[in-house]
Amino acid sequence: MSHDHEHGHHHHHDDDDVQEHRDHGAPLTEVELRVRALESLLVDKSLVDPAALDRLIDTYETKVGPRNGAKIVARAWIDPAFRRRLLEDGTAAVAEHGFVGRQSEKLVVVENTPSVHNMVVCTLCSCYPWAVLGLPPVWYKSAPYRSRAVIDPRGVLGELGVSLPPDTEVRVWDSTAEIRYLVLPERPAGTDRMSEEELAALVSRDAMIGVARVQPPAGAAR
Amino acid sequence: MNGAHDLGGMHGFGPVEIECDEPVFHHEWERRAFAITLAAGFLGKWNIDQGRFAREQMPPAEYLATTYYEHWLFGLQKLLNDLQMVGHAELAARMKDPASPAAPVTGFRALAARDVETALRRSRTSKADEDVAPRYKVGDRVLTRNLHPLGHTRLPRYARGKRGVVSLDHGVWVFPDTAGNGLGRNPQHCYAVRFEAHELWGGSATGRDAVFVDLWDDHLEPA
Repeated sequence: MSHDHEHGHHHHHDDDDVQEHRDHGAPLTEVELRVRALESLLVDKSLVDPAALDRLIDTYETKVGPRNGAKIVARAWIDPAFRRRLLEDGTAAVAEHGFVGRQSEKLVVVENTPSVHNMVVCTLCSCYPWAVLGLPPVWYKSAPYRSRAVIDPRGVLGELGVSLPPDTEVRVWDSTAEIRYLVLPERPAGTDRMSEEELAALVSRDAMIGVARVQPPAGAAR
Repeated sequence: MNGAHDLGGMHGFGPVEIECDEPVFHHEWERRAFAITLAAGFLGKWNIDQGRFAREQMPPAEYLATTYYEHWLFGLQKLLNDLQMVGHAELAARMKDPASPAAPVTGFRALAARDVETALRRSRTSKADEDVAPRYKVGDRVLTRNLHPLGHTRLPRYARGKRGVVSLDHGVWVFPDTAGNGLGRNPQHCYAVRFEAHELWGGSATGRDAVFVDLWDDHLEPA
């Protein structure tokens, strides 16, 4: 029987509430039951291969994530020729690093400067550049962000700690097609002597969506 | 369709709350819902736009009260049921009784574990190879159509009947407003169209701010 294999080969520990149900023998929630039943039917009908499911999960849980995008940003900061290629043809420049694939058929990189601040949203669903940032966080998929990013970007940014001068132009990119957008954030002051790897470690997921600045390292000379 | 998914510009949902050190998945069922949706998609029985349209058809009150992977699950169940691959009754029976029978299906080839990496890398859902002439060029002023179709569209409500400027030509792409409704690929140019904030939201919007929306030739008229 395949319907109970979800107890099998997973060893994740961030799943406290589900784990608690198991440990205390509490019944599964409706959605847990539904997913388990649907997966078991798909497996019984040979419409999905359980090993492929595990590999899909592992890919996006451990291999593809915002560290990919951070490497791109750090390279663009230290290599002006790469930066030019990245802004001209993001898809090709990112493919140089091997970051290609689903939900990133075409990548456009938009650069934040003192006079222009870019941020990315998908108001209609939750389109997101998986190949360079992994799967989107809950807030990006939530109604508050999807509703407000286009009508009140400065309000959203202000709440998230990014206050912009009135003469900075805010550009919001609503990802309504299969083109995916990545923000190239500003390089913080005091990072001139840092290596590419050190720079990449500073770059946060949220800075590459355009809702945060990259913070200089603690103790950096300003 | 004018569904609850079309959220741009709505009020009242509260602050954006970013979770620190957020895990990729919050529950085991989310991992499984994610994976079965992707794997079933690789069966090739629906396109990405039909996948989105299926989720959009979740009743609005339910859509707003549920989470992202519940939307995915709703869409997957709808597609599987509509295509007679897994019926709603069959699923309900399996939820009650893990030993309930599975009606056999034929003619499908499941994504194999060894093919996952290649399938993800080569995944190309919507870029079109056809050589179609663009109707607009960068810098052209355009007016978006005032459409309210019952089917799938990627023209958000807040950007209908608005004036903008073609800012980037992305090349030729499948048109979701037909492909999502089973009406064919209809390849045509897709552009990033720049709308000034005051055009979308009225006089109170900040002067220089703008929203860029990716739209296709058939969404646009010359202005």
